[in-house]
Amino acid sequence: MSHATGLKYLKKDSLPLMWCSGCGNGIVLAALLRAFEELGYGNHNTVVVTGIGCWGKADDYITTNALHTTHGRALAFATGIKAVNPKLNVVVLMGDGDGVTIGGNHFIHAARRNIDLTAIVVNNCNYGMTGGQFSATTPADSFTSTTAYGNPERELDICALAGVAGANYVARGTVYHGRALQNHIKEALNKKGFSLVEVVSPCPTHFGRNNKMKSAVNMLRWLKEKGVTREEYERMTGPEKNGYFVIGKLADRNAPDFNTRYEEIRARALGQ
Amino acid sequence: MVETAKLIQGNQAIAEGAIYAGARFFAGYPITPSSEVAEECSRRMPRVGGVYMQMEDEIASMGAIVGASLAGVKSFTATSGPGFSLMQENLGFAVMAEVPCVVVNVQRSGPSTGLATKPAQSDIMQVRWGRHGDQIVIALSPSSVKECFDLTVQAFNLSEKFRVPVILAADEIVAHMRENFTPPAPGELQVIDRKKPTVPPEQYKPFEPESDGIAPLAAYGSEYVFHVTSSMHGPEGVSNNNPANATWKVSQLHKKLELYRDEIVLTKTFDVEDMDILLVAFGAVTRAARAAAVEARKTGIKAGVLQLVTVWPFPDRELAQLAGRVKTVVVPEMNYSGQVAGEVRRVLGPDPDIKQVNKFNGQIITPQDILKAII
Ligand SMILES: Cc1ncc(C[n+]2csc(CCOP(=O)(O)OP(=O)(O)O)c2C)c(N)n1
Ligand code: SF4
Repeated sequence: MSHATGLKYLKKDSLPLMWCSGCGNGIVLAALLRAFEELGYGNHNTVVVTGIGCWGKADDYITTNALHTTHGRALAFATGIKAVNPKLNVVVLMGDGDGVTIGGNHFIHAARRNIDLTAIVVNNCNYGMTGGQFSATTPADSFTSTTAYGNPERELDICALAGVAGANYVARGTVYHGRALQNHIKEALNKKGFSLVEVVSPCPTHFGRNNKMKSAVNMLRWLKEKGVTREEYERMTGPEKNGYFVIGKLADRNAPDFNTRYEEIRARALGQ
Repeated sequence: MVETAKLIQGNQAIAEGAIYAGARFFAGYPITPSSEVAEECSRRMPRVGGVYMQMEDEIASMGAIVGASLAGVKSFTATSGPGFSLMQENLGFAVMAEVPCVVVNVQRSGPSTGLATKPAQSDIMQVRWGRHGDQIVIALSPSSVKECFDLTVQAFNLSEKFRVPVILAADEIVAHMRENFTPPAPGELQVIDRKKPTVPPEQYKPFEPESDGIAPLAAYGSEYVFHVTSSMHGPEGVSNNNPANATWKVSQLHKKLELYRDEIVLTKTFDVEDMDILLVAFGAVTRAARAAAVEARKTGIKAGVLQLVTVWPFPDRELAQLAGRVKTVVVPEMNYSGQVAGEVRRVLGPDPDIKQVNKFNGQIITPQDILKAII
């Protein structure tokens, strides 16, 4: 294990972080910056693209190139960057609202195109920035500021979606399982093609408070208990599975990425 | 290789004009009557070292061209009514983040899915005001296949020079019209590239205007590392909600175009020297206006034509200067409310007799339609 701190990628003059105490975003940011350091990423050849949300503010704290885009559209902007400059490391940071609710269509198609981006979706099960309304990943029956009597809708499995859409790498981690998270991020960054790391993370201010997990400690306990390996999950029977989720690597393949495919098409076009 | 005259379509000329101007990235979503621009780009881009991407929708198309442009590649998209509506949020992003790019809106009949895919000129106000927040863009409107090519090159030039999205407000008629056209040789038309920073990388501020009022734009992947946001930001590109900074930033977006207004506003005139009646037209309707002016002169009515090549910023001075010579101004346009006629009234005030000729049923405005208003 290296001793990368990632601190050299942290914009010190933007501190303190805007996030609430107990928010998981800082832990994800730290894991990401350490992964940058371990992989030797340069500021000039890396672009961090964010959408809008609490996690989407992360670009304010990172020294690399950055593009803070509109809500839900970060992957579309990132696609344009990567399509014209395959040499850049393009990392896309989105919340669950940003990445798979308003931005669900772009998410599906970025994965399907297998464009060489790394998406880090922080899933705090609600819209943190706008006051804790429900998102596509809010569990059924949970309470949010727009589901006072419980959520009538079912939650979306972000990793399953990325997997069927064609992502080359899919993993789910939590901010409780820090070391595993950093490894997933590193593997995702290293992977050519579309890679996704979903990070289940606490929003004590809204989701926690609304669901009897007011303290950050309670929320971390929730992650510790409910995040299980695939083997553990499969051993459970139907109703036992309720509330549990699988953590770990969920897909790892090497289908050609968009830029590689486009190079082939170019060669064909020029041959004609 | 000497290019010879070919019968080509307006949409093809737009695609070729973009490539001539140096565009190497197109992202779009098919919609009639603009799809030929995408089709042409899908064939041509891979052959000139560029990239064609068909995105999942127009929101993504607009986002992708902004991303590609920031990576240093001239980029554009093409769409029509419904798609143009979807692009507005990210088009506003390009205005605020000062990202050069070109958006072709081949106007078709609305409202909504309306009389798909018949011609119209009913997006003129949307082009100007379609986005939330106070902001300004440049819009050009071609009236022929040659202008489709030339104004696309011009659109890129203005966009690159002023770091602003430029909208080519074409219409179904010019887009699908076929005319004989000889593409210009390389070098024949001026091609402008965005100004790159010259300061040492650690001193670069992506939104700090130089003495000419325009901030240089680096590219992702160069030695310059920079931060771009459409949230309120200071010269260094970092969020800044200070009221004084917001005053500076919003003013800057407007002032850079006000400063170069005369370079941006392009018009053409026909037979205006001795005219008694002024026809103000843009896009394909310019052709009907010119034909009507010729016919009117045969009956002894001296009509002249002002073509608004640039629609936004509105050619107010050019219009006022010409209108001073006449008692009657006629504005033919393919919309109900007289979107350009309203601007003409704003500029000329209540005195002159301003006649509108409006058609909004997907049918072209004919010279006869205009003559009826004159004679
Ligand atoms: C087009 C648009 N619609 C709505 C909003 C308001 N909005 C800002 S952030 C956000 C949701 C943020 O939730 P999420 O993406 O999960 O990120 P988090 O704040 O939880 O990190 C919403 C709805 C917006 N900025 N733009
Ligand atoms: S509202 Fe929630 S997601 Fe946003 S900073 Fe606070 S704890 Fe984090």
